[in-house]
Amino acid sequence: MKFKVKILRQDTPHDGSYWQTFEMPYEDGMNLTTVLQRIAADPITVDRQPTAPVAYDASCLEEVCGACTMVINGRVRQACSALVDRLLAEQPSLIEMRPMTKFPVIRDLIVDRSSMFEVLKRVKAWVHVDGYHDLGPGARIPPKQQDEAYPLSRCMTCGCCVEACPQFNDRSSFIGPAAISQVMLFNAHPTGRVDADARFEVLSGSGGIAACGNSQNCVKVCPKDIPLTDSIAKAGRDTTLYQLRKWFGS
Amino acid sequence: MAKQHVVVVGGGLAGLAVTMKLAEAGNHVFLISMVPVKRSHSVCAQGGINSVNPLTRQQGDSEWLHMDDTVYGGDFLQHQPPVKEMCDWGPRVIDLLDRLGVPFNRTPEGFRDQRRFGGTMFKRTAFAGATTGQQMLYALDEQVRRWEARNLVEKYEYWEFLGPILDTKGHCRGVVAQDMFSMEIRPFAADAVVLATGGCGSVFGRSTMSMICTGGAAGRAYEAGADYANGEFVQVHPTAIPGTDKLRLMSESARGEGGRIWVPRKPQDDRDPNSIPASERFYFLEERYPKYGNLVPRDIATREIFDVCVNLDLSVEPGRLCVYLDVTELSAESLKKLDGILEIYEKFQGVDPRKTPMKIFPAVHYSMGGLWVDYERNDATGGLVIGSPRNQQTKVPGLFVIGEADYQYHGANRLGANSLLSCIFSGLIVAPTIVNRLKSLPQGSAADQPVSLFDDSVKPHQEWMNRLIHHEGTENPYKLHQELGDWMTRNVTVVRNNKDLRSTLEKIAEISERYGNVALSDKSNWTNQNLSFTRALGDMIRLAGVITEGALLRDECRGAHFKPEFAIPSPDAEEPAALREQAGVWCKAFKAKGDRWLKTTVARHTPDGPEFHYEEVDTSLIPPRPRTYGLKGAEVIEQVWSKMGVGQEGPAERKVAVGGAPK
Ligand SMILES: Cc1cc2nc3c(=O)[nH]c(=O)nc-3n(C[C@H](O)[C@H](O)[C@H](O)COP(=O)(O)OP(=O)(O)OC[C@H]3O[C@@H](n4cnc5c(N)ncnc54)[C@H](O)[C@@H]3O)c2cc1C
Ligand code: SF4
Ligand code: SF4
Ligand code: FES
Repeated sequence: MKFKVKILRQDTPHDGSYWQTFEMPYEDGMNLTTVLQRIAADPITVDRQPTAPVAYDASCLEEVCGACTMVINGRVRQACSALVDRLLAEQPSLIEMRPMTKFPVIRDLIVDRSSMFEVLKRVKAWVHVDGYHDLGPGARIPPKQQDEAYPLSRCMTCGCCVEACPQFNDRSSFIGPAAISQVMLFNAHPTGRVDADARFEVLSGSGGIAACGNSQNCVKVCPKDIPLTDSIAKAGRDTTLYQLRKWFGS
Repeated sequence: MAKQHVVVVGGGLAGLAVTMKLAEAGNHVFLISMVPVKRSHSVCAQGGINSVNPLTRQQGDSEWLHMDDTVYGGDFLQHQPPVKEMCDWGPRVIDLLDRLGVPFNRTPEGFRDQRRFGGTMFKRTAFAGATTGQQMLYALDEQVRRWEARNLVEKYEYWEFLGPILDTKGHCRGVVAQDMFSMEIRPFAADAVVLATGGCGSVFGRSTMSMICTGGAAGRAYEAGADYANGEFVQVHPTAIPGTDKLRLMSESARGEGGRIWVPRKPQDDRDPNSIPASERFYFLEERYPKYGNLVPRDIATREIFDVCVNLDLSVEPGRLCVYLDVTELSAESLKKLDGILEIYEKFQGVDPRKTPMKIFPAVHYSMGGLWVDYERNDATGGLVIGSPRNQQTKVPGLFVIGEADYQYHGANRLGANSLLSCIFSGLIVAPTIVNRLKSLPQGSAADQPVSLFDDSVKPHQEWMNRLIHHEGTENPYKLHQELGDWMTRNVTVVRNNKDLRSTLEKIAEISERYGNVALSDKSNWTNQNLSFTRALGDMIRLAGVITEGALLRDECRGAHFKPEFAIPSPDAEEPAALREQAGVWCKAFKAKGDRWLKTTVARHTPDGPEFHYEEVDTSLIPPRPRTYGLKGAEVIEQVWSKMGVGQEGPAERKVAVGGAPK
């Protein structure tokens, strides 16, 4: 069996984009990173035109590093865990791949997500420990608290949630759902919470929590099932409390 | 004094650990990585990280026993002082990770929970669900970001290390690296360079490792004069699921939580596995290894799968090495702790492993070998002199290696959950070494080197790139890679023999020749991934030669290196006296084998291929003894061996202080 993939390509950040279609023999259990590998090995379009291999970002190949996020059949997700047979069942004629739209394109399917990492600096997404010398174990943590922290801690900065978020775009400085969820992760940590006010300050400012329109798109596309809208709701309440505390100077 | 810089190449667990330690001490670090560090391969680690802990301690465990399991599991091929120091640091490493916010699983009282891993009887493994590596990598990534925000760390992500810069005396003065987007090549001057570039699974085509684990960086350091050690020791993990682009691991933690391995007793029984009654299932690890059961060391589990599938023809899928890994009987609570990996199985195989036994296969997983590094032994403790300028340094002064890229900690076979420990440990301890180096700079400062040294260092890389881009050849680098991987997987993994190793060497020579004739399909000067891959292919071919020739030369069985031609026949007599006699013969053969082969393989690059020599292994703490997991007559062998008194000078434990290494 053969199938077609249509890929939106762009040679450099300054060039326009264009579509190219490739035809592939099906392999059992094939995923889209394999498709891209096969194209790299034999970059010939469906019209038998030689072309350059499609540039793409990938590393772990098991949906844990977050590198290979792209828009596949109109839905943002990871290419490595997108299986060809399921995609063809979704949309039989062809599979479509394009880069995410919320980030500058570097080349083909590679985009520049450094803005997401920059935001993590702004919200101090870390536990400020005294130092890396031996100070014994950390705080005891009840299993329930671990159960709540662990899912948030699985965020791989993949970009799906911000790609789907209507409020995250060129015209707004919204920090996005992933960063808000990280704020809640670190504010809940017994040591991490010393920086809570600094984080609320960011959430209170422009591009902070108020920018979220509560459309709930983010939570539907997160590959790690992170309860983003719960984090956002909680962040909203906590930020309000913070502002009240600040106004009343306590 | 001129501003000093350290270059760290690689932002997996090892690279991040040294970076945060150096930054904490006020040093400026250039952190260079091919991928954003948060996407490094360490993110894949699933099962957990080992150390002695309060619970196991009360069951009689100690740092010493952790070391004993590690060197016994590794078939005594590792120098013992670094292993001792690592095991001593274990509890402190986990405590640090705990403080940094790693969400380790908890007991009802809020303590860290532990599971049991292979090659030990103790529950030493701390874990965060089944995504421990991800959680640990994120914690360190966050710390490094904290220092980045304070401008002590400057990240160069999507930059590729091309080679070290060596002065005329052969001292390392920095690195040459390339921006993988703009393709700019530039030098980074540095007073110390640390490589933390991970393993080389791609030499075998597909493996459980990430796409970027080509060994390219190690290959470049090797070519520049750093020795490569124990390359032939490659771990094949018993349990993975094959995919078209990757072999995805099903962590040992599945067995640590109670998962069982079996095959139907009837060859190619095609019934639904759930309908096969227990009496018709062959739980071969449990039957053959009553003590360790499903948690024998990996090299042994893998060979047993090979035996059951090939020699007994009981593979679940004919013509392959496929057995069942069964977690269907586990409690909901245990299954929850495995969610991370069960999701992977479900996602990629489309079958719920909670309900149906998983079909699993062995896969190349870990490089025990790597760049040769030095250490300084502390005679008072038996461990290391912390801060010694020698620790983790290669043969090239000023060039250090840590993490999976070094060869130091796992000997002939790595125990599960010991790698995360060795990565972070080596990263933490190389920091004081570098801090001391920066204070004294025995070979002078990089800032005092002529500018031409750095300018000139770029030229050969630029020329190579221009030549390759314009070269009109007929070979396709991806297809060559596949050919290399197929040969390596077929002949240089679970079972090896000299005839096939020789033909593989010839094949590698042929591939190397054809590599001279590769052509790129991408001629562009912007984000050329084709170029980067093709460069790494050259390194993989070189490493394949080191691995294969090392395996050919080593005529024995040790850990993951198994050559049936040179196996010592197991005793098989039923009658006690005869068995005892056979055990005596066995022990003599074992002694002779140790005298000849208990040595580190060291490969040095020459233009005509690797040159090999062998170095003594420091076994001063725990005298080597036969590894008798599941061997018939094991007890008799152990008795006879202890009577032979080889290398025994009373209980070794008393010779040095246990635990509490100096800070
Ligand atoms: C699927 C899987 C599961 C595992 N589970 C466990 C476990 O449960 N417990 C355990 O102890 N061990 C486990 N291991 C082993 C362990 O994960 C690895 O040995 C360890 O993470 C290696 O870390 P590292 O820091 O040495 O290198 P890596 O994490 O591989 O990082 C290498 C870094 O080097 C960079 N790099 C490489 N080449 C270049 C170059 N040329 N230029 C610039 N940068 C470069 C990369 O970008 C990356 O940042 C597992 C391994 C696998 C494959
Ligand atoms: S809920 Fe908020 S953050 Fe999520 S998609 Fe909607 S606007 Fe964006
Ligand atoms: S929250 Fe989910 S979708 Fe968003 S970046 Fe993290 S893992 Fe990706
Ligand atoms: S390659 Fe890591 S998520 Fe797809």
